[in-house]
Amino acid sequence: MTAFPDPASKPTARRAVTASVRLRHEAGLHARPAVKLTKLAKKFSAKILVAMLPDGPWIDAKSIVKVMATKTPHDALLHFRAEGEDAEAAVLALVALVERDFPDDG
Amino acid sequence: MSENVSLVIVSHSPDIARGTAEMVRQMVGDEVKVAHCGGNPEGGLGTDVQRILEAIEQAWSPRGVAILVDLGGAETNSEMAIEMLPEDRRGRVVLCNAPIVEGSIMAATEASGGASLAEVRATAEELSPVT
Repeated sequence: MTAFPDPASKPTARRAVTASVRLRHEAGLHARPAVKLTKLAKKFSAKILVAMLPDGPWIDAKSIVKVMATKTPHDALLHFRAEGEDAEAAVLALVALVERDFPDDG
Repeated sequence: MSENVSLVIVSHSPDIARGTAEMVRQMVGDEVKVAHCGGNPEGGLGTDVQRILEAIEQAWSPRGVAILVDLGGAETNSEMAIEMLPEDRRGRVVLCNAPIVEGSIMAATEASGGASLAEVRATAEELSPVT
C-alpha cells in the first residue's frame, strides 16, 4: 500500500471509506438535520453515499431531496460510504455531525 | 468562493412569502440570498409584476436567480417579470415548477453548495407529489 494515491488510478478505483453511526436525533433525519447533512456533504469533493442498511440501497448524501425522502427514524443506524480524494475527512465530518446531534453552529 | 445562485419567493400572500423566506434563512442559512414578495398593490392577496421585478433586482446574482411561486397568477406574473428583464439578465432567471415552501428549502440547500442555476432548479423540481 502506498501513501500517495496512484495518479493513474481513477477515483472510483480507490478503496471506499465507510463508517456507521447511530442517529440519536429524537425526530430522526427530518428537515433541518437533512439540510445540515447535505450541506456538509457538499463541502467535500468525494462521492458520498448514505444508507440505512449496511447493504444499501445507497443514496447520494449530497442530494437533499433523496436524503430527506429516506425519512430515517430516531435510533436508526446510518451508514456512510465515500470514495475520492477527501473521502476520509468527509466520513469523519459526517459521523461527527450526527454524533454531535446536528448542532446549530455546524 | 464565487457567489451562489439566489432565490425569489413569490406568493399571493405576503405572510407566506415572508415566512417561506424566513424558513430558508433559518434552515439553510444566509449564504443564499433570498428576496420575497406577495400581495397586490392594494394590500390584498395577489402578485404584482413590479414587485417581482424589484425582488429579482434585490436578490440578483450573476450565477442566476431561481423563482419559487405558489398559484396561477404568481406564475404568469413571474413569467412576465422575466420577460421584462434586460436581455443580459433574462436568461439567468428561471421559474421552478415546485411547491413553494419545500421547493425553496431544496433549492436553497442545493444553491448553498455552489450549484448551477440548472442544478438548483432540477433539485427543486425533483420533489414529486406525495403518492
